[in-house]
Amino acid sequence: MTDAPEPVVITAADVQHLAGLARIALTPEEIEHLAGELTQIVDSVAKVREVATPDVPATSHPVPLVNVLRPDVPGAVLTQQQVLSGAPDASDGRFRVPAILGEEQ
Amino acid sequence: MADGTAFASDALLDYDEALAKYEPVLGFEVHVELSTRTKMFSAAPNPAAADSGSVEPNTMVAPVDMGLPGSLPVVNAQAVRYSISLGLALGCSIAETCRFARKNYFYPDLGKNYQISQYDEPIAFDGSVEVELEDGTTWTVPIERAHMEEDAGKLTHVGGATGRIQGADWSLVDYNRAGVPLVEIVTKPIVGAGAAAPQLAKAYVATIRDIVRSLGISEARMERGNLRCDANVSLRPRGRERFGTRTETKNVNSLRSVERAVRYEIRRQAAILEAGGTIVQETRHWHEDTGTTSAGRPKSDADDYRYFPEPDLLPIQPSAELIAELRAALPETPTQFRRRLQADYGFTESEFRDLVNANLLVELEETVGKGAAPAQARKWWLGEILRIANSRGVEAGTLVSPLHVSELIALVENGDLTDRLARQVLEGVVAGEGSPEEVVKARGLAVVSDDTALTAAIDEALAAQPDVLQKIRDGKVQAAGAVIGAVMKAMRGQADAARVRELVLERAAR
Repeated sequence: MTDAPEPVVITAADVQHLAGLARIALTPEEIEHLAGELTQIVDSVAKVREVATPDVPATSHPVPLVNVLRPDVPGAVLTQQQVLSGAPDASDGRFRVPAILGEEQ
Repeated sequence: MADGTAFASDALLDYDEALAKYEPVLGFEVHVELSTRTKMFSAAPNPAAADSGSVEPNTMVAPVDMGLPGSLPVVNAQAVRYSISLGLALGCSIAETCRFARKNYFYPDLGKNYQISQYDEPIAFDGSVEVELEDGTTWTVPIERAHMEEDAGKLTHVGGATGRIQGADWSLVDYNRAGVPLVEIVTKPIVGAGAAAPQLAKAYVATIRDIVRSLGISEARMERGNLRCDANVSLRPRGRERFGTRTETKNVNSLRSVERAVRYEIRRQAAILEAGGTIVQETRHWHEDTGTTSAGRPKSDADDYRYFPEPDLLPIQPSAELIAELRAALPETPTQFRRRLQADYGFTESEFRDLVNANLLVELEETVGKGAAPAQARKWWLGEILRIANSRGVEAGTLVSPLHVSELIALVENGDLTDRLARQVLEGVVAGEGSPEEVVKARGLAVVSDDTALTAAIDEALAAQPDVLQKIRDGKVQAAGAVIGAVMKAMRGQADAARVRELVLERAAR
């Protein structure tokens, strides 16, 4: 057993950064509150590290399956009307969204 | 001077001077849309498939492509096969196991707020591609990786003073392209090309295009966005080991533009460095009309994509048998293809080089494959078709299909069309009026070889120039030219001049 790893602390700055990435506006109080909560959550998950050893590969999926593939055969599509049925605004058969300040990734 | 933006002018250093002082280092990210029948993760039809025409917006969309709640992606087996084939053709190792990952970002081109891509486990890695420049020298471009991902939807920015992204009033989103299978090919830094860097850039992208076309895995039409290139350029002072700061010029979408954009960035960056400034790491937009780039988004927090393994998809582990099967089915490399054509068609070195430089080898082979003689195919592609392409600033291969060119050549060979008429027919085919036969019918362009019609026209011409027959009888055969000219004019060029000449000489001999 190795020594317990350093505990991770989620700072207010971390929360601010994440909020920016998620395009969420947070008040200073919310940021403070979330920093504490997220630290606790990360701390709980960190317990896994106490049992993980270098010879155990990281798990991304709990089921031991690979190569779940689909044949290249066309299937059903939505109609344009269905596609746009949940759109707040549409025009010319397309979603209409506010002017984009960012850019394509 | 820490603030490079102070130098964000359009000043350019002379190209030779830039090269004398700095060494360019290149890198490319090329996105290839695969032409599978369906999308990467859904059974919606793929708008990048071979037989896909133009379609109405948002009509090739399944719930998965929109990221609707409850929908789950399933990987397209054919897309995996195509990706492995491409990886092998790029000389890459194929991963024994690989995974998909979520790339998180907020932008309405994807409904899910993430793109399914591959991150630290690409399906193919560590390859190299042999690239031949216009002067015949060859370069080996090192490949870092080729990974699978999905394409994003298409945004149209409406309103605003310039129609560009900034200043747009709103944007319209079409998700037909969302989920189209993509392979992104990433090179390692390409060092040492020196002044040939722009040509190498063009030749590299052309080679990737030729490879995916020969594999039959993509339509590879750059003007349609089937193949898209981002070009990274940095400069380092000659003799220095460390790389300079790079810029990434996005969506340089023709071979000619790739070459121009790299050359422009070399000159622009050199001017900044010469003035004592620093290069800002940023994306840049290429402007086809002005031949310049302009600053886009600086590298920043927005590049924190928080990749993590895609929980909705299981790992891919291609079997050794599958890899062996796909390897055995690989076509010849572009270099081998070139050598074979040159040997088969018997063109001189310079005749052949013209075809290579115009990127018309594939078209030429297909045209010959449809029955045209190599010399005729070469004449049409490098002549009239290339002339129209150049006047419009597009690739010749996009104007007309090899099948139609071979049909056009056959019509000339059979005597149904003169060269002059054939050029008019070609014009119609390029304008989208249909096959050569259809254009001939619709425009009424066939050669008049009906002797009755020709004889009537000749009678008329001789009535106007009664002394011609006597001149011919006196041995001045060239006098027939005046009559032939008059007949051709009367028939609006649709007469077979050789037949008219025959008929006139027959008349004189009577």
